[in-house]
This record gives sequence, structure tokens and C-alpha cells, in this order.
Amino acid sequence: MQETKNYWKVKINEITEKKSTNQDSEDQLKQIKDRIKKWEKDVLEPWTDNSADHNKIYQTTSDINVKNTYTMADVDNLSQNLFPGDFPYTRGPYPNMYRGKKWTMRMFSGFGTPEDTNKRLKYLIENGQTGLSIAFDMPTLYGYDADNKRSIGEVGKCGCNISSLKDMEILFNEIPLRDVSTSMTINAPASILTAMYASVAIKNNIPINELRGTVQTDILKEYIAQKEWTYPPKNHMRIIRDMMEYCTKEMPKWNYISISGYHIREAGSNAVQELAFTLANGFTYLELGKQAGLKIEEFAPRLSFFFNSTMNFFEEIAKFRAARRIWATVLKEKYGVEDNKALILRFHTQTSGASLTWQQPMNNIVRTAIEALAAVLGGTQSLHTNSYDEAWALPTEEAVKVALRTQQIIAEETGVTSTVDPLGGSYYLECLTNELEEGAYRYFDKIEEIGGVINAIEEGYLQKEIAETAYRNQLQIEKEKEIIVGVNKYNETEEKPIKILKVDDKAQEIQIERLKKIKNERNNDRVKETLANLRRTYENDEKNCMYDTLKAVQAYATLQEIVDVGRDVFGEWKEPQIF
Amino acid sequence: MERTANFLRVEKMSEKTKIRILVAKPGLDAHDRGILVLCKALRDAGMDVIYSGLLPTPEQVAKIAIDEDVDAIALSLHNGAHLTAFPEVKKHLEDKGMYNIAVIGGGIIPEEDKKELENKGISGNFGPGTSMETIIDHIKKMVK
Repeated sequence: MQETKNYWKVKINEITEKKSTNQDSEDQLKQIKDRIKKWEKDVLEPWTDNSADHNKIYQTTSDINVKNTYTMADVDNLSQNLFPGDFPYTRGPYPNMYRGKKWTMRMFSGFGTPEDTNKRLKYLIENGQTGLSIAFDMPTLYGYDADNKRSIGEVGKCGCNISSLKDMEILFNEIPLRDVSTSMTINAPASILTAMYASVAIKNNIPINELRGTVQTDILKEYIAQKEWTYPPKNHMRIIRDMMEYCTKEMPKWNYISISGYHIREAGSNAVQELAFTLANGFTYLELGKQAGLKIEEFAPRLSFFFNSTMNFFEEIAKFRAARRIWATVLKEKYGVEDNKALILRFHTQTSGASLTWQQPMNNIVRTAIEALAAVLGGTQSLHTNSYDEAWALPTEEAVKVALRTQQIIAEETGVTSTVDPLGGSYYLECLTNELEEGAYRYFDKIEEIGGVINAIEEGYLQKEIAETAYRNQLQIEKEKEIIVGVNKYNETEEKPIKILKVDDKAQEIQIERLKKIKNERNNDRVKETLANLRRTYENDEKNCMYDTLKAVQAYATLQEIVDVGRDVFGEWKEPQIF
Repeated sequence: MERTANFLRVEKMSEKTKIRILVAKPGLDAHDRGILVLCKALRDAGMDVIYSGLLPTPEQVAKIAIDEDVDAIALSLHNGAHLTAFPEVKKHLEDKGMYNIAVIGGGIIPEEDKKELENKGISGNFGPGTSMETIIDHIKKMVK
């Protein structure tokens, strides 16, 4: 294990030094560099004639300058990244990648009542989807029941509403939990929804140690980007610590944190920021697991990642490759992990919602296809493709089908899955991978100087970095330095409306009715007792709160009743001034 | 003495020409990329910008607007609750007799909802991809 102090600075030096001295033959490098100079002078310059186009500065989203041409002189570490399924996993987590198993096509869905979403899930399974992924509505994400005043107008609007275990039972009705893997996009109340999912399995006599799936749980990126939180960071982290401990023991196939860059990117960051902030969060969860007394070798394989794939094609592919390399390297060098299996970063990808345009929505099919291809070329383990109508509303069944078919076309028709990491060895891509890696290490160093991720959140540093990039990006678009087809170029004066999905307010009525019924039928003394126990556990940092959470859920305490206990004990988070 | 008072009045007048605007997301919606960009753009366009922070209720938004004596409120929602939440803000303003604060909407708003919002006194209702310039011009027009 390396000296951990100044580790990031050591890495930055290592990378920058590598750039100036090539470890392959110095002479050969000099020869190549001479040839490049000659070529630039004799061939390139006369051809471009110093035109404005040629002299324009080309950059990636992360302000990395892009050269006219890349050669072997730009890449010096090919020999250290030869094989997929081998340290540092730049070329892929598995040696045969998609030859062995295609990525999981996992379309995120959820709206209205649990009945509505149950129907959509079954539709997707019938159409060849291989994993479930569930979106919840805002009240659920914030831990408010459907009958709360704050939930008015929001129930079922941008995801499925879950107010109690009853709803979860309906959501998974007739879906074989033993056979499917289920991903649930839930963060602040992740411990409660995990308890609900486990409880549905227990009721159906399925051992919970067989349950496969993922809960997002990544509260750090909530403070940084998505901003769906309840308690202050330290209290949320304690609950996650308890989940890590519980799941490692009781639900060994359950991925209990999906460390997400997706929202960090959607909030307006660039590729380097997405990469750096996400991995920095990952390291923070590693530390948390260590504090809980778990061995990294034991729990690191249960951590998975979730990245965005957006329009700067090569930079995105490089980002995925850099992510694997950094994670494996840091775990090995800084955390002393020896078991190779624990070094592998696996990730889900979603194409970028923010890249979709409201204008000329059919163009979004093309954008999504390009982004999906980047994810596949970057070696993703599962993929969600957005639907073309999502800048208008939640997607219709028809639009979702086109999005799923987009993945199927990439998988079955293009041949890109025939060989592993087909772009590996591309001078440009390898160079970009190195540049993104370096940029990420610079941020790790900066975050450490601030005192770690949680301090950086409390100070608002990470949030401000993202907002600043988002604003600069918007200015680029307004100045037409960045082009978006149909928005600031090739625009049309009138938009033909498309057919969109309407979620009516019936969902709210149905959910409120159901809550009333549950509160009448359940044993209310038992509910009170389980909630009082949970309160005592929340107050005692030494105790694991998962067991009491399960008991409260199974007594049909509602989501909000459980979250309110936490609100009372921990208080609510107030974001620092960002603007 | 009188001179000073006059001078103060002039100061106040020129301050008054500066548009004072509250920017808010009235509901359980944290998609704040657009609204933070908008805050910066409005500030750079010379307005006095007050950002509500996340998760205020419509009632709280109306209260901040009145307390801060703003000329306009820019509301944004991406969660589909605009038809409930935007008119709710307007209603709370009118309950307090504040008819002259311009309420401007934006976010993911389907075409057919725009008319309904307009009828309820919420103008603009800008969708994704709208330029900051368009929004700024509209605000200036509305508070004139």
C-alpha cells in the first residue's frame, strides 16, 4: 500500500512526467516527432493554408484541446493497458465482454399508481427487456405520502408512487422476483424501499439472499446534483452504513449503492467533473464501509456505478475507460486491495436526457443511438436509452419501444460486439483517456484539500463548480459556439405537436383512498410500537437501523411515517447558498 | 435638508428601474440546472435576483415575493405539477391583493397546458431550448 498522504499529488506527477519522457525508445520517439514536424510543415500547412477553420480551437466538453491528428507520440502507456479483464481494466471488466454476455437492456420506467407501472413492466418484459428499472415520483423520492399536502399534483407524475408496503406488493404482482434483477432509483428513502422489496419477497417465500438488483442509495450525488434529500449528510451516511452492513450479511446479491455520475452530468457538469465527483463519492463510500468494519474485498463488488452518455462521442468512451482504470488503480494502490475481483468497476449507463431537444423531437432518436453506441464502445454492463419524446413528457409506450429497439439494433446488427474494446489503441481515444484520468486526479486532490466530499458539499464547492459549467455551456449555445441542431441551427418556425403520455390526477385519488384503507385495516398499536423502536435505533448511532426499518415496513407503517421519525431525530437538510 | 431628501428620491428611482425578480421552483422538484443558469443570466442582464432555494411551497413562494417586494416571479417546474403549482402561487398573491407582480412560467410544459396557464395569469411558459435572451425580453415586457 502506498503512503496515502499526498497520494493524489503523486499520481498527478506520475501522469505528467510520463508525458515528457516516453519509456519506449527515446530515439524512436524523437524520430517520430521529427517526422510529425516535417509532415505538419510539408503536408498539413500547405493543405490548410492557415485557414480560419484550421486555426479554430477545438475542445471537448472538459476544455481538453483536440489536435488535428494524433499519433503514437501522444500515447505512451499502451503496453500497460493491453488486455480486457486484466488490471487496470481500461479495456473492459471481462476478458470476452459482449461475446460472453450482452449488456442488460434496462429501461427505466414508472408512472401513476403501482398498477400502472406493473402493467408497463410486464409490457417491457414481453418485448425482450432483460432487467427491471423503476422510477418513483417526487413524493416517494422525498419521503412524503400521497395524502400529504406537499404531494398535491405530484402523485404518479414522474414515476410510480409508493406510500406503503401494500403499493410495493402491487408493483411486483406476478413478476417473478427470483428470476428478475430489479433496479430501483431511490436515494434518500433507499433503506425503506429495500426493506419493502425484501418484505415482498419474504411474503412470497423467496429467500432474500437470492434477490438480485440494485438500489441507487447514492445520497452524496443528491447533495451535489439531483437534490432529493431529507436529512443532513452525516445522518444519511449513517443509514447507508447500516444498509451496507445489513445487505453484505443478508442480501449478498443486492447491489446496495449505485454511485451515480448521471445526475452530476445532467445538472450541467462536464465529462471530467462527472468522472471525478462520482469516483470521489465512490471513495467516500469505501471509507464508510471500512468504518462499519467491513472488508473492502467483501463489499466493493456490491458497489456499482451509473454514468451518463452524452453527445461528445469520443470523450464519453474515454470517460468510461478512465473510470475503470482509476477505480482499479486507487483501490489497489491507496486502499491496498489485493483481490482482483474487488477492483473491477462495473457500470450502468443512461443516455443523456439533457441532450434531448424539445424542438424536432424525432432527431432525439439519432442522438440517443449515438450516445448508446458510445456506452457500448465504453464497455457498459447495462443500458437505458431515452425516448425521443422525453423533452415533452414521460414517454409513451411507442416511444419507449423505439428506444429499446435502438439498443437491439446496436447489439444485433452493427457488429460492434464482435471484438472487445474495438477502439482500444486509437491514438486519440487513448490520449483522451489519459487526459480525463489526469483531470480527475486533479479534482481528487482539490476535494481532499477542502477536507473530503462531505465538507465540499457543506461548503457548496461541488454544486457551484457544476452550476458554473452549466452557465458557461448555456452562454456557448447562445453565442452559437456550440451547435444544437433544431435549437440554434437548422431550426424551424413551427413545431408539430407529438402524441404524449398524460398522467391524470386519478393516480392521486387512488393512492389516497388506498392509504385510508391501510390505516384502517392495519394494527395501529403495532405501527406505533415499531416506529418507537425505530426512533430509539435512530438515536443510537451504534445500532443498525435496518432491522427496525423492516419491522415498521411489515407492520404497514407508511413511507412518510417512517421518514418522519428520521426528520424528527436528524432534522432536515438545508442547502448552502449556491447562487 | 430638502436637497438630501430629493437626492435620496432620485437614488430610489434609479434603483426602481432595476427589475427585482424572484426565481423559484414551487414544489417537490429539484431539477435546478435551468433555474440556476437563469439566475446567473438575469443577474448578468442587470436584474436584482432572489433565488428561493429548493422546495418552497407555492404559498412560501408568494410570501417571499411579497416580503422582497419583487416586480416579477420566474417559476420553473420539470415534474409535471405546473398546472397545480403555478396557479397556486398566483392565487396566494391575489389573496394578498398583489395583482401587479408578473408571474412567468417555464419548464417541461406541454403545448396544450400553456393556454390554460395563460388564462390563469401565468405568461411565458417557456419550454426547453428557449434562449435566455427570449426570457429576459419577456420579463422586461411584463414588468414595464
